[in-house]
Amino acid sequence: MGTYLKIDHVGISFPTDKGPLEVLQDVTLDIAEGEFISLIGHSGCGKSTVLNIVAGLLRATLGGVLLEEREVTDPGPDRAVVFQNHSLLPWLTVYDNVRLAVDQVFGKTRTKKERHQWTLHNLQLVHMEHALERRPGEISGGMKQRVGIARALAMEPKVLLMDEPFGALDSLTRTHMQDSLMEIQNRLNNTVIMITHDVDEAVLLSDRIVMMTNGPSATVGRILDVDLLRPRNRLALAEDPTFNHYRAEVVKFLHERHGTLKLVKVSEPEESPQLRRAANA
Amino acid sequence: MSAKTATTTIREMRRPRRWLSDLSGGGLKVLAGGVARSLFIPLLGIGAFLLIWAIAAARVETSLGQLPGPIQVWGQAVGLYQEHRDERERESEFYARMQERVDKAVAASKSPETIDRIASRTYTGNPTFIDQIWTSLITVATGFLIASVIAIPIGILCGMSATLYSAINPFVQVFKPVSPLAWLPLVTIIVSAVYVSDDPWLAKSFLNSAITVTLCCLWPTIINTTVGVSTVDRDLMNVSRVLRLSWLKQTVKIILPSAMPMIFTGLRLSLGIGWMVLIAAEMLAQNPGLGKFVWDEFQNGSSKSLARIMVAVLVIGLIGFFLDRVMLTLQRHFTWDKNAVLR
Repeated sequence: MGTYLKIDHVGISFPTDKGPLEVLQDVTLDIAEGEFISLIGHSGCGKSTVLNIVAGLLRATLGGVLLEEREVTDPGPDRAVVFQNHSLLPWLTVYDNVRLAVDQVFGKTRTKKERHQWTLHNLQLVHMEHALERRPGEISGGMKQRVGIARALAMEPKVLLMDEPFGALDSLTRTHMQDSLMEIQNRLNNTVIMITHDVDEAVLLSDRIVMMTNGPSATVGRILDVDLLRPRNRLALAEDPTFNHYRAEVVKFLHERHGTLKLVKVSEPEESPQLRRAANA
Repeated sequence: MSAKTATTTIREMRRPRRWLSDLSGGGLKVLAGGVARSLFIPLLGIGAFLLIWAIAAARVETSLGQLPGPIQVWGQAVGLYQEHRDERERESEFYARMQERVDKAVAASKSPETIDRIASRTYTGNPTFIDQIWTSLITVATGFLIASVIAIPIGILCGMSATLYSAINPFVQVFKPVSPLAWLPLVTIIVSAVYVSDDPWLAKSFLNSAITVTLCCLWPTIINTTVGVSTVDRDLMNVSRVLRLSWLKQTVKIILPSAMPMIFTGLRLSLGIGWMVLIAAEMLAQNPGLGKFVWDEFQNGSSKSLARIMVAVLVIGLIGFFLDRVMLTLQRHFTWDKNAVLR
């Protein structure tokens, strides 16, 4: 019996004007089914690159990713992605955005009525059933992110990949979204990889926190098991010594790799523009 | 109209007018601000323009007499319309008279050939100003439609394929700045050579003008469509990849809606250029239309001519504005971006 999701000695380099730039080196991670993993690290350390490789949007230069013992070679709905900036199609309504994904994944296996029900079900899951006919431009950032999550969940992915899903939200909305996500996770028990800059978010949501070293040639620095009972309650945990211990561990790791603590929580662009361009090419 | 008032009102609320807020209460102030911006101030501008025009025109003496002011121009506008009405009346009188003759011939049991000869006569009056407007509108619409049907698919393909873009880009860059007046002789010669028919369904002059318009309308649409298609948000393309949308579905569901505002920008630019080009082409080639009207009046050189040319200039401008408005309405209807504004 192999691992559910195996990231096996993954390395990736992008060609630049000054020769190849090695962004990731020897990233290895075994993830069990139903596990919630957070990737944390400083800006530019290649967290998004790891996620994009698992998603199949980027091909690793070395090593590879195995999902249920099959190699990931291209993107697909079994590895749904929640993008940082929601990436909803602005010309479709909330309902149609989710329905597009549902039709694409279940078009052949489910009837029209079932697909309609399934679309509604997933929007109810994120409490967006009141805004079916609205367009993304007419709803708040938090709502858009909810719809993005509903769209990803509706694909019934084997792995849910979230690239700083709450990074662009204000802290109050973020708190709500984290609670929502925990509630959904309790019900569905998805396998999740989430990128975050927020230490509290990582400890609160994760089963394991994967801390990455600084790039270039970033790799897994340390893995922290978060052994807290579920369901977790943010208020109760705020005073919990174990919770605070985990929190301190992550902060310490990040602090050692950066001069100031302030930078930890600030969400910045994930990669340098140069890297983005290289990744696009 | 109500939607427009609403947006103006909102804009006013964001930027309250100090001088108005001193005068009146909240709601009235907002309303007054909206009316002022959308009605009063443009009217003020027009009034000032007419005044300056009237004063300045009175001081310019030309070979055709004094430069006409707004009042004389208005007089000619009314006159041109009256001429159109008279012409239409003469035409219907002509056909009524002819019907009488045919009836008489039938009553006198003339041979069918004779009756046919009488009935086949058509009215040969000069086209009026209004007729010329219609000719120009139909010509520009034809040229613009042909250009759009060619340019949009090319633009979409160029936006999707960098290779095709590299192949086509040199032509676009070189032909884009070519003046319509340079195209016209070529088009004329080629149309006369290729379009040979004893009973032409379309007049050659019409084809010449329309094709010239097409040649100038192509480029902005190609360029803007290419840009719109090639700059689709990368995250949206990633969504498409994750969903494994087919090429066709990706084009229809993601690329086209995303590029639609840019496509319409191209179409609006094209139509604007096409309208300008058409007038010039009609003047140069003596093809029927508003351009020919202007040229004929210029050659005519009567005391009315200057005022009539000014009427034509204003009408050309108003029609250009109206065409742009039509495109903007279409754009609002067909694209998701409902905030497109007229600039």
